[in-house]
Amino acid sequence: MSEAREMIRVEKLNKSFGDLHVLKDIDFTVKESEVVVLIGASGSGKSTLLRCLNYLELKNDGKIIIEGKETDPKRDDLNKVRQKVGMVFQHFNLFPHKTVLENVIEAPTQVKKIKKSQAIEEAKSLLNKVGLADKADDYPSRLSGGQKQRVAIARALAMKPDIMLFDEPTSALDPELVGEVLATMKELAKEGMTMVVVTHEMGFAREVADKVVYMHDGRIVEEGEPNQLFDHPQEQRTQEFLSSIL
Amino acid sequence: MYLNIIKFGEALIESRSLFAEAAWLTLKLTAISIFIAIFIGLFFALLKISNIKVLEWIANFYIFIVRGTPLIVQIFVFYYGLTEIAMISGFWSATLGLAFHNGAYIAEIFRGSIQSIGKGQNEAGRSLGMNRSQTMKRIILPQAFRRALPPLGNQFIIGLKDSSLAAFIGLTEIFGAATTMGANTFDYMTWLLVSAVYYLILVFLLTLLVSFVEKKMAASD
Repeated sequence: MSEAREMIRVEKLNKSFGDLHVLKDIDFTVKESEVVVLIGASGSGKSTLLRCLNYLELKNDGKIIIEGKETDPKRDDLNKVRQKVGMVFQHFNLFPHKTVLENVIEAPTQVKKIKKSQAIEEAKSLLNKVGLADKADDYPSRLSGGQKQRVAIARALAMKPDIMLFDEPTSALDPELVGEVLATMKELAKEGMTMVVVTHEMGFAREVADKVVYMHDGRIVEEGEPNQLFDHPQEQRTQEFLSSIL
Repeated sequence: MYLNIIKFGEALIESRSLFAEAAWLTLKLTAISIFIAIFIGLFFALLKISNIKVLEWIANFYIFIVRGTPLIVQIFVFYYGLTEIAMISGFWSATLGLAFHNGAYIAEIFRGSIQSIGKGQNEAGRSLGMNRSQTMKRIILPQAFRRALPPLGNQFIIGLKDSSLAAFIGLTEIFGAATTMGANTFDYMTWLLVSAVYYLILVFLLTLLVSFVEKKMAASD
């Protein structure tokens, strides 16, 4: 088997908000079809790292190379990169004034200028995939949290991204709704989607992740396969963190 | 001074064609000026949230001038100022004066409602590859406009009533018609009350219209 393609390469990434140094010399890679889970206490920088990957936050220093290309936010069109990198948010951020179907076809028709009839067809099959075909004409206010998040996943997938970023996708959900969203994500992982996931769901990390990255205080402390990291953490900080949550 | 009900009723009926015409003029003044004011308001609201200092100053200066001076002064400045530069009718001086005035208040209404839309909406749009203006036009503004409707409706009503000041530059809109009739008959009270009836009806209809639009836009709740 040939070495899998590198989808994301981050080198010496630094990011500060004012005086607050949030990311410190982050080095990080994600290969094609890999599922990488970022864990760590809140404030450790994992969400910021994720948001840097699609330029919702702009780095101060270092390199971010997406599919072999480095993007300069000053010169290059960030919208082009973002089309390849889908993002799912903790609070779903569905468009409340649009129906479920309209949410999903918005970007394909507006950004990619795909014909509406074709976009609707694709949207319907995506909604079918996340189990919400019957909700196409409902407004988001009618959906449960888990349904909203699955629509958000379908909406991101509608742009046919090569990479999907998940920023604590189940943290805002009632416990009984977490499972349906994780199941959708597992399905996606099985299909070979390259995914970077910030989550506190250690069960998901253990089962689905190819690599788990533990962050603390803006640095990557330790990374490895889930079994290795969860069962035999090398660093003391990782051990402390894991024993505090498990 | 007392009011004779029968005389008032007769006046109301006899003057109906004069006041119908005057009400039509009030309606045109209000509708056109508000229509223009919405665009002025949106324009300055976008300047205010542009994060570009110079543009923010321009918007703030405009709002400072409008809020800091009486509408009647603004209308007269437009009337004498514009007729000096270009051949422009009293109607258009009043319309533009009212639009200039209401635009500032509408700018503040829009700015508030745009800023009330969570930044997650903007991030969702941007993360899908939509550019700034697509996100603003397709995602933020439709939601902001909905939130702006109640205060906008309020501003429209104020605009309608403020159009009465156009009487002072010689327009025979509702208030103008009333003062003319009052002067002719030496009975101001009757005619002012007749004008009040017309204003009440117009404001009532405008309120209905606004709540109709609000209900229509509430479909997604």
